[in-house]
Amino acid sequence: MEKVKLSIQRSEPSAGVPVRYDQFEVPYEEGMVVLDAVHYVENNSDPTLAVRWNCKAARCGSCSAEINGKPRLMCKTRVDDLGENIKIEPMRAYPVVKDLVTDVSHNYEIAKKIPPFTPSPEMHSPYTIQQIDITRSKEFRTCIECFLCQDVCHVVREHHSDYYGPKHVVKIAALDLHPADCIDRSEVLYKQGGLGFCDITKCCQEVCPEEIKITDNAIIPEKERIVDHVYDPIGLLVKAVKRRKW
Amino acid sequence: MSGKTDYSVVNTDLLIIGAGGAGLRAAIESAEAGIKTTIVSKSLLGKAHTVMAEGGMAAAIGNVDSQDNWKVHFTDTYDEGVKLSNWKTVEIFAKEAPERVLELERYGAMFDRTPDGKINQRAFGAHSYRRLAHVGDKTGLEMIRTLQDKVIHTDAKVMDEFVITKILVNNGRISGAFGFSIREGKFYVFRSKAVIIASGGVGRLFKVTSNSWESTGDGLAMAFRAGASLMDMEMVQFHPTGMVWPPSVRGILVTEGVRGEGGILLNNKGERFMLKYSPVKKELDARDVVARSNYKEIVEGRGTEHGGVYLDISHKGAKFILEKLPSMYMQYKEFAGIDITKEKMEVAPTTHYHMGGIRVNPETTMTNVEGLFAAGEAACGLHGANRLGGNSLSDLLVFGRRAGKFAAEYSKQNSVEPIDDKEIEDEISRVMGFLNKKNPENPYPIINELRESMSKRVGIIRNGKDLQDELGTIRDLKEKAKAVGVTGGLRFNPGLMACLELQNMLSNAELLVTGANERKESRGAHTRSDFPETKDEWKKNIVFTSSGDTFEMTFSPSEEPPEGMIVNIQKAR
Ligand SMILES: Cc1cc2nc3c(=O)[nH]c(=O)nc-3n(C[C@H](O)[C@H](O)[C@H](O)COP(=O)(O)OP(=O)(O)OC[C@H]3O[C@@H](n4cnc5c(N)ncnc54)[C@H](O)[C@@H]3O)c2cc1C
Ligand code: SF4
Ligand code: SF4
Ligand code: FES
Repeated sequence: MEKVKLSIQRSEPSAGVPVRYDQFEVPYEEGMVVLDAVHYVENNSDPTLAVRWNCKAARCGSCSAEINGKPRLMCKTRVDDLGENIKIEPMRAYPVVKDLVTDVSHNYEIAKKIPPFTPSPEMHSPYTIQQIDITRSKEFRTCIECFLCQDVCHVVREHHSDYYGPKHVVKIAALDLHPADCIDRSEVLYKQGGLGFCDITKCCQEVCPEEIKITDNAIIPEKERIVDHVYDPIGLLVKAVKRRKW
Repeated sequence: MSGKTDYSVVNTDLLIIGAGGAGLRAAIESAEAGIKTTIVSKSLLGKAHTVMAEGGMAAAIGNVDSQDNWKVHFTDTYDEGVKLSNWKTVEIFAKEAPERVLELERYGAMFDRTPDGKINQRAFGAHSYRRLAHVGDKTGLEMIRTLQDKVIHTDAKVMDEFVITKILVNNGRISGAFGFSIREGKFYVFRSKAVIIASGGVGRLFKVTSNSWESTGDGLAMAFRAGASLMDMEMVQFHPTGMVWPPSVRGILVTEGVRGEGGILLNNKGERFMLKYSPVKKELDARDVVARSNYKEIVEGRGTEHGGVYLDISHKGAKFILEKLPSMYMQYKEFAGIDITKEKMEVAPTTHYHMGGIRVNPETTMTNVEGLFAAGEAACGLHGANRLGGNSLSDLLVFGRRAGKFAAEYSKQNSVEPIDDKEIEDEISRVMGFLNKKNPENPYPIINELRESMSKRVGIIRNGKDLQDELGTIRDLKEKAKAVGVTGGLRFNPGLMACLELQNMLSNAELLVTGANERKESRGAHTRSDFPETKDEWKKNIVFTSSGDTFEMTFSPSEEPPEGMIVNIQKAR
């Protein structure tokens, strides 16, 4: 491969600039990731091309986009995995600010509503905690807040539910599993967070760049914990199936 | 564009520029003190450069090696700074770091544990004892998330994707700052009684770097223009191990944790060369020593195919590596197609950290401009000529908290200064000037030329000729930079950001190279092939203060700590 052909979605809704697709040709270099190709365009062809990025090392979760229709991190997607035609579009679940940048501020509003870490009065600093408890919750703490799971979730995409979305369930699971924390957030997650809307399609866990088993390890256990208090047909079903297996 | 451009005014008691570890910790302190606090950052909340930190934060808690105490941490830090650190800063740091780490745990951070359930601490280069609290190799992520959650549950106002372009001063006292929201594309004036700069380092001045795009040193350049002194600008840390291949990832960090957990360095003959350069500390000697050793092996022809050396941890086995170094495993697998549980990594030095920065009072973190404070990598005084791994994250907590505390006190005692309308108009014209140019010059080639030449001439081993040539290049680029501009508007316009950052980068580069040229000796991270010795007469800090269109350079003798503070570590053991 010598060249990569990019088709990039451009728009700026609040300035009345409608959606169009701009085509660019970029020279290929070994090991190149999609973000490199976008930077090449920015540096050489169009410095106004808006893209959100920060670390270029798959650590910060800034550079989420739809690459050939799939939600992925631009800095973690190698060009040689895609072939020479690459289409890049902004995440679909959020309103576009400009070009590839979307407005994800809604997630910060949700984050404020989640009750923060609240240490149990019995815990005295410095805490004594066993490694096994740390390991158990580590998975959820690696979330880089890329919002890709939110982007693919059909419930979040449909906007008209109050569902917080998978990323926030992961956050709640991380807090609930903290051995020093003393509150249970599963009720908040149901009553305000709309967890009942999730029908465990597992789309979210398929796209997570941190390979967090969002549905299996965060959503289903949260559903199971609350099912005794609230009515959730899917939660009940999960529980019934599990019981039969045992 | 004609007529006046609109802007909004935000009235606040304290403005914090930067939402990395230092800025967030400061915000918690001042918000909890009941001070009206506003915190801004160029990137989204939770994405700052700090999020990348890997290995851990150093504090003499003594959970693993019970002999450890603040005095040993003081001695290690001061020694590695080769007498350029402000010893009072180091003392405060070493004493307060343990409490700050435990406090972070009380905020909800999780650290890996010892078998008896305490915070585990890992070995790191030139720390006498195992001292780094960590969680796998994602310590920065844990820190940012914990602080970010805490901040959003206070009254502090967060304005992210927001760039400050100017710090406003009235009669030598802070009056606020000016900038625009990148997301809204709107100008803002902050009227504030105090300002904290927590804007991070200058790593993007170099082509090969581990740093994120934010690290253009905006805070340093803005503080300098506002009258604050900068110090130790020549002191740049090159981390021994950055990725080298493929080109796309060149410079990305390979954590020192790999060596801390038992990784060894090899040349192309399979020799473990650190046995030769540093028989006792080996791979875990200070960063400058290991970086120079790697560099030597490479330039003397014992390097790898892509110009690096090998780093090998595969002998530790897959289970251990996946538990302790999950990000490194992912990084090599995804980006280089290498399985580090079976194969060797290729690594070479990369620009990593700036020890220099804004000169501050060790107690209060206030600069010489009243009401202007600085903390974190943007500030200067703790690390001297070389920083120990892990000392930055604890620095962010110790001095981030102090900045928040003292800036809050300052703003309680002082009233808000008037702002000159003309100054605002001038700044608006400066920013808009980049958008309204006829036939503008593209800023990117200039930035790329600067970064390339800085990496080539102002790297690990420096010499007078290269440094003078670089000063020439910087002056040429300054001329060229006058013509830069872009089309489009204020909102999410990377080209405009590049124009603004270029000015800051050139200002910082000029001082950095001037300092490096002036310091005719080798000390810590600053190595001169034409002046290889460390000289007693150079036991002084180089200080820059702006003066009209140019600057003044002065020398400030570095005071040694009182008798008895430095412990004999061999004895302590
Ligand atoms: C890959 C990597 C690994 C590391 N690992 C470790 C480690 O294990 N241990 C350790 O101790 N240290 C480590 N370091 C160093 C450490 O992470 C940094 O020194 C530290 O995070 C700097 O934090 P800070 O709060 O000073 O600033 P940063 O985290 O750099 O944040 C700067 C903030 O300022 C904002 N900003 C900058 N300019 C402007 C402007 N003009 N307007 C508005 N906002 C602005 C940015 O948006 C950002 O929010 C590592 C560094 C890297 C790169
Ligand atoms: S499993 Fe639930 S949260 Fe995940 S994508 Fe499906 S509906 Fe959304
Ligand atoms: S859970 Fe995974 S996909 Fe969702 S935001 Fe976190 S890292 Fe991204
Ligand atoms: S830029 Fe940080 S995850 Fe891609």
